[in-house]
Amino acid sequence: MSKNSVHITVNGTAYKREIEPRLTLVDFLRDELDLTGTHVGCEHGVCGACSVIMDGRPVRSCLIYAVMADGHDFVTVEGLGSKDGSLSPIQDAFWENHAMQCGYCTPGMLIACHHLLEENPDPTEEEIREAIGGNLCRCTGYQQIVEAVKIAAQKIHGVNL
Amino acid sequence: MSAPQQFKYITKKRRVREDRRFVTGKGRFAADFKFPGMLHIAMVASPFACAKINSIDSSPALELPGVHYVLTGVELAANINPLLSGLDLPDVKRLPLANGRARYAGEWVAAVVADTRHIAEDAAELVAIDYEMLDFVIDPEEALQDTAPVVHPENGSNIFFDKTWTWGDVEGDFAKAEHTLALQAKWSRSSTVPIETFAVTASWDEGREMLDIWASIQMPKYPEQIARALQIPVTSVNVHFDVDVGGSYGLKRGIRQTVIVAYLTKKLQRPVRFIEDRLENMAGGEMHGPDRVFDMEVAYDEQGIMESLKITATDDCGCYPGRAPLQLGKPVSAIVGPYRIKSARYHARSVSTNKTSQEAVRGFGQAPTNFAIETVVDRIASTLNISREEVRRRNLIRSEEFPWRIPSGSEYDSGDYHAVLDKLMRAADWDKLIEKRNSFRNDGKLAGLGLSTCLEPSGGNSSFEPLFNPKNDTTTWMESCLIKVDMLGGICAMMGTSSSGQGHETLLAVSIAEVLERDPDSIRAIHSESVGALPSNSPVGSRMAIMLGGAAAGAAKKIKNQVIAIAAHNFQLPEDRLVYEGGDVYVKGDTERCLRWEQLVDIAHRQYHNMPIGSEPGLQAQHTWEVPTGGAMPKEDGTVQMYPCYAFEAHIPLITIDPGTGQVQIHDYYIGHDCGTVINPDIVRGMTFGGIAHGIGAALYEKFQYDESGQLQAGTFMDYLLPSAHEIPAVEMIKHHTPSPLTEFGQKGSGESGYLGAPAAIASAVNDALAPLGKSIATLPMRVRDLEELLNS
Ligand code: FES
Ligand code: FES
Repeated sequence: MSKNSVHITVNGTAYKREIEPRLTLVDFLRDELDLTGTHVGCEHGVCGACSVIMDGRPVRSCLIYAVMADGHDFVTVEGLGSKDGSLSPIQDAFWENHAMQCGYCTPGMLIACHHLLEENPDPTEEEIREAIGGNLCRCTGYQQIVEAVKIAAQKIHGVNL
Repeated sequence: MSAPQQFKYITKKRRVREDRRFVTGKGRFAADFKFPGMLHIAMVASPFACAKINSIDSSPALELPGVHYVLTGVELAANINPLLSGLDLPDVKRLPLANGRARYAGEWVAAVVADTRHIAEDAAELVAIDYEMLDFVIDPEEALQDTAPVVHPENGSNIFFDKTWTWGDVEGDFAKAEHTLALQAKWSRSSTVPIETFAVTASWDEGREMLDIWASIQMPKYPEQIARALQIPVTSVNVHFDVDVGGSYGLKRGIRQTVIVAYLTKKLQRPVRFIEDRLENMAGGEMHGPDRVFDMEVAYDEQGIMESLKITATDDCGCYPGRAPLQLGKPVSAIVGPYRIKSARYHARSVSTNKTSQEAVRGFGQAPTNFAIETVVDRIASTLNISREEVRRRNLIRSEEFPWRIPSGSEYDSGDYHAVLDKLMRAADWDKLIEKRNSFRNDGKLAGLGLSTCLEPSGGNSSFEPLFNPKNDTTTWMESCLIKVDMLGGICAMMGTSSSGQGHETLLAVSIAEVLERDPDSIRAIHSESVGALPSNSPVGSRMAIMLGGAAAGAAKKIKNQVIAIAAHNFQLPEDRLVYEGGDVYVKGDTERCLRWEQLVDIAHRQYHNMPIGSEPGLQAQHTWEVPTGGAMPKEDGTVQMYPCYAFEAHIPLITIDPGTGQVQIHDYYIGHDCGTVINPDIVRGMTFGGIAHGIGAALYEKFQYDESGQLQAGTFMDYLLPSAHEIPAVEMIKHHTPSPLTEFGQKGSGESGYLGAPAAIASAVNDALAPLGKSIATLPMRVRDLEELLNS
């Protein structure tokens, strides 16, 4: 099969790869770049496990071909924390509040919540549920996730004050 | 009653240590493992509900560049032993790939192996199979008829299991009763549907003669089952239990998938991986759940006191028996729920149809049974015009009556059901909720308040196995822990199982910390590889807090005793003159005379001359624990002590139903919960909320629907609806703690909590909402379309 060339930036690092046009972005991230934090749940755009941030907006990387990602900028779960290994406020709040069990949906959830807090630093319960409404979690019943977003929002305020 | 135990670490909030790797994207799931030369599988699935496979022509597939092999059911069957069945059905052979006959639409017929998954999928479409369609049966009632097509002709009929137990004077109690009523309740086919599908990689190392396996597995006796199927020693199977499992809730048994990749890696001498895609998982993964019709009869008096219960449960097991029929067995453990019912009859039938098979689903059959029992209780209340809570209060076992033996033989360890119910109703403000419901009604809405009071049998043992299969005399369902203290004083604890979100590393660390009085964060907990692991039965049956926690505490006590013995020898004093504190040992009344943890450990590891005569050098201990109250076969009369511990939960949801569309909205949700001593409050909360969400799914949304031609109509997340954060409400949890007398810290299980009572509570609420219309429904799920139809009927 013919190969296409893709240049993308993920978590601040530029990559160049020759790939088959039918490779999805999630497979590209996982198999070509070894960024296995982004997960696959359904491959048809419903579960949100594969969510990543593309040019500042969350997208489902199972619905995007890697060739379409050419020239774009991505953040995955691996890029949410600081380079020194410290956790971002939302990561830390997820940990503090046990906003997960198996951890499989967690990267996608974090992406959704991270984006929410960037857009809306003080979301209401409804806004949080709206923001994670497209991310399925089978373990938690969502409650500790919603609570974690509130905790993170408070922490961010605390830092900003 | 003794004073409640005081704990240093247990019951306290503590971050769950596993979570750190998950929030950084550093979890290690089965699909994250890659090996040089690894090959990939795609399955060829039967498009027919039942078909004879006349021939398979693999050559067009093999011609595609990158394709290495096409494995057929015929080849596999000739080279492996059939997979373990829970029942004694020698003529029903369960094989990983269909052999000669495909018995459901989606059943895997061949496995294509290629350099990439893409190529394997392309090639799968090129495998030419000559099928001959055969008659099939989808409806379990029809499957019971003499004229029905038989799924396994060798078995002679579609009945996998059919047995009736009578415990106590059921006929007498019914004859004497002031009232009886009968009803039918249905629980449709759904499952736990983890977000991660099943994934497995196997690699055969000819040099070590070792089959290494990385799988998203939650299966008791997994290495043994692989070894049996492949006819190799268990010592040649090494399961890497440190793989993080992306959700399971009982389901991920994956033995078929594993045997396929294991056979192929041996055959091709390359690592082989299979990751189910969503459709492979839903249609062919054989991971559906109970699909049950309950015919219920109850005898009760004018006060609503239940005397006797008759249950006929007919379960549509699907195609192969696996462990599914045993899911009719666990409910024997709590066959009368939390109620003081004197006698019971249980008729359990497992019927085969041309559908994919079942696996274990959270609660192992108890949630459907709880739903059926609660439907009966609500019906008594409405028939006698007594409130639902009052009927329950009159029937619930009272706190002073524990331990309480139910007719089927299990003894419930402890509980205070009335206290939990009262606390819940106060916290939820039941009267206010009624007002709120009524004001919804005044606004023209259909509104309902639900109630359920249910049990979670926990501590899982396997007593249903001998009960359902007389040839199976398993009476232990042990769990183990090995603790090793290294030369520098570090503590490492090992378990012989993988985890799928239960936080076992945290559980081990905290249980050991509590006994040894060491900082939990200083204790490493790991998942051993199976070849070096002590016996485990994996995290099934809400058992790990009890069993792994108990095994860890047992091993920790042995370490503590060794440390005290070393100190006693060095002080030349009897042990009762010494005090153990935080790992150090000092002389009573003289804290200056102290040997510190590091010194004691150093003696154990290096100074044999300072060790008690004849003692083992080093500092390590293992403990393998039998399930408390376990160890006995069922008695002649069919009574059996099943699970040791019984957690209790009571649910109150307030819902509305849109009268036009049938759409249900949940406005408030309260749960009263008692699982004894809580080891980690965040973990118990999470499991309970998750269980409620799963229960709401089973009650309102989720169904593996088959059409008349035997095709699965719900193979994606577009048509099998998992509830999102929109459908699941905020839940308020009201806690109560009645310790179990049988466990180390008083803990009971909570891995299935929420799910065991939520479906019943939602059904109760829906029926309360329908009551003013004179309508009712006792079939789950109560989907929008089902309610719309009912409202318009
Ligand atoms: S894997 Fe992309 S949405 Fe499910
Ligand atoms: S934490 Fe398991 S699916 Fe969300």
